[in-house]
Amino acid sequence: MDRRDFLKTLAAAGALVTVKSSGMMDVMASTVPSTGAAAAADNADLAAVMNGEPAAMLEAAMKELGGIGRFIKKGDKIVIKPNIGWDRTPELAGNTNPDLLVALIKMCQDAGAAEIKVFDHTCDNWTRCYDHSGIEAAVKKAGATMVYAHEQSSYERVDIPKGVSLKNAQVHKAIIECDKWINVPVLKNHGGALMTCAMKNHMGIVWDRRAFHSRGLHQCIADICTYKPAVLHIVDAYRTVATNGPQGRSASDVVLTKALFASPDIVAVDTAAGKFFTGINKSIKFENIEHIPDGQKLGLGTMDLESINVKRIKL
Amino acid sequence: MLRKIRTAVAVAVIALLTYGFIDFAGVIDNPLLQKIQFGPALLSLSIVTLACLIVATLLLGRLYCSVICPLGIFQDFFNWLSKKFDKKKKYGYKPEQPWLRWGVLAVLVIAWLCGFTFLVGLVEPYSAYGRLAVELFRPVYLLGNNLLASIGELFGSYRFFKVAVSLQSISAFVVAILTLLVIGHFSYHYGRTWCNTICPVGTLLGFFSRFSLLRIRIDKDRCNHCLACQRKCKAYCIDSANQQIDYSRCVDCFDCIDACKQKAIYFGPVKRHSQAESVDESKRQFLKSTLVLAALAPAAVQAKVTGVKDTRVPMSPPGSVSHRNLLGHCTSCHLCVSKCPSHVLKPAGLEYGLGGIMQPVMKFDDGYCNFDCNLCSQVCPAGAIKPLTVEEKHRTQPGRVVFNKDICVVNVNRTSCGACAEHCPVQAIHMVPFEGGLTIPETTPEMCVGCGGCEFICPVKAVHIEGNPIHLEAKAPEQDAVIETQDFDFGF
Repeated sequence: MDRRDFLKTLAAAGALVTVKSSGMMDVMASTVPSTGAAAAADNADLAAVMNGEPAAMLEAAMKELGGIGRFIKKGDKIVIKPNIGWDRTPELAGNTNPDLLVALIKMCQDAGAAEIKVFDHTCDNWTRCYDHSGIEAAVKKAGATMVYAHEQSSYERVDIPKGVSLKNAQVHKAIIECDKWINVPVLKNHGGALMTCAMKNHMGIVWDRRAFHSRGLHQCIADICTYKPAVLHIVDAYRTVATNGPQGRSASDVVLTKALFASPDIVAVDTAAGKFFTGINKSIKFENIEHIPDGQKLGLGTMDLESINVKRIKL
Repeated sequence: MLRKIRTAVAVAVIALLTYGFIDFAGVIDNPLLQKIQFGPALLSLSIVTLACLIVATLLLGRLYCSVICPLGIFQDFFNWLSKKFDKKKKYGYKPEQPWLRWGVLAVLVIAWLCGFTFLVGLVEPYSAYGRLAVELFRPVYLLGNNLLASIGELFGSYRFFKVAVSLQSISAFVVAILTLLVIGHFSYHYGRTWCNTICPVGTLLGFFSRFSLLRIRIDKDRCNHCLACQRKCKAYCIDSANQQIDYSRCVDCFDCIDACKQKAIYFGPVKRHSQAESVDESKRQFLKSTLVLAALAPAAVQAKVTGVKDTRVPMSPPGSVSHRNLLGHCTSCHLCVSKCPSHVLKPAGLEYGLGGIMQPVMKFDDGYCNFDCNLCSQVCPAGAIKPLTVEEKHRTQPGRVVFNKDICVVNVNRTSCGACAEHCPVQAIHMVPFEGGLTIPETTPEMCVGCGGCEFICPVKAVHIEGNPIHLEAKAPEQDAVIETQDFDFGF
């Protein structure tokens, strides 16, 4: 352990104790970005891409971030966690874009991933979601494994020591057992959380989501993100459900936004996506998306996009 | 030979039928054999199916009871089993019990007219077998599948997936067990006695089969009165001493043909010099009186029987049109219950009153009705759930949302939630600004399609669906103005 790592660990531990005991001194926690210092100087902390097809935007973003090899190593057992929550076709953008997933799977395979599993705990009937989203077929064709998440027996109860409202949860075994996981949400409007993106996508790794709703949605979302942080968050904003989310009633709720955001920092990526989203649906105020500052308070990352290396690319 | 063909067809039919009932993976989404059953066809007045089955009976006799009726085939299995254990098993001849048969049928007709369909469903053979399959065989099949899935998972295979195994309802389970015991007992000891005394389909087809063109015949010159055929006849319908066969009870099993060493029994057209059958005057009289009774059955009885009410109005499946329509047609075969991919349809207890016990009712404990799914309306053979296209289903309102703000977590805890609105496919619940940056549900019940997504997910059950006794049309959602897609940038 070198000095830098030691200091980081110390600061993180301090922040944890502080938040746990008093919930104050949020400033200290927020000074510990999950990315930053350790990365090579010229690698971006956050890449934002517009005006491309999903695979091309992913490629451009990963180039800026330093390649997938920065996040996963040869022989890693990987889980890719998209949003497959709804019985919706790709055009209606209720779920993560299958083309993006295929491109990402290829990248992980090229990086030497030993195993790639894909799942989501769906809201609608799972077989219909897996099927109509186009994700099951695309994933299988790309050579990754589609894992089921509709049965409680696939989940195990784990402690969430950093959780404020949520002290434990039943998390899918694929997440518990993998070496690293990549979070691939789709950016959408959400009636309750206002916006659903990288942090909200964590609700698909847990079994009993009702607990989230009864104990305070925003805080629980922030809490679950502390369990086993994904190494990378890739936000699919190729098509965006701007209104009547998260399902959208019809194609009129969907905007072809052609964007993608990627970062190892979940708070930064949600901040970027949130600012992008509130520029599309102007009736929503960014300040009201509470789970993002809640995440910052827990030390999950930074909302201050000025403090990190952000690359903006228009293809 | 005929007997072997009969057996082969029967085994194939019951295998397919059973698979149609227990399949959970959507391999057979719309089982065909379930559509040609007499009972449901009669209740749904499927003229084509009925005509085909009646013509077939007029031609061939009650072959239906041996190769299409699953409960008939199931009884033959017990009969076969009994012969394995008792090699010397013998039947004999017993005269018909017309009063019992027609009496049971009359009671059933009256019960049905009074809205007491439960009783009809209890003995209607296809439905009785359906419940055996769904309530008893299916859980075993699912457990077997889950075992396979577990083994697969150990080896990293996700070829099979686990499925939830749960008791659909106590009443349906108990009824299925009792059915199994009664049917098993009758068929093990008394052959097809059930089919020729209680079964309403047997009685009705028996009425037609006595005029059938092809039938089991005894060649009186060859017959040496050895009684072999009579001893083999599980329908007790061969009077070997008098060389007479009661065709109203013969189910065309052809066991007697194989039994006859003299080759005196054959299946063929009516002989040229057949005697005119004597008209059974008492039966005629009986039929008449039954019809009169049925016509007089007071509607008031129905009101009384169905008057039992829960505090909540139950919700019948989309396509069932109204509680009344469901009550009049459904014999509770539970095909819809088995096929419902979201486990929403459950056999009712007393929700619809005594007459509707075991009929499908929508419950949102294990899931909610998928917006784009119309499977139950497609599989129903009885017209209890009428076919709906997906578009029609989107506009059907079997029930509507009720919101209780007093216990909503947003109001009580001042935290954000929105789970209900999130699950609403038509935004009949949507979130509107509340205190601070919070949003709180607001309902537009006329747009609700009663899918129950909101009720299922609500952590405190502040929203629930109240059934419409007569289904309504849901108001189409207003089209939102399309958001301008030009003026946006990264925004940071």
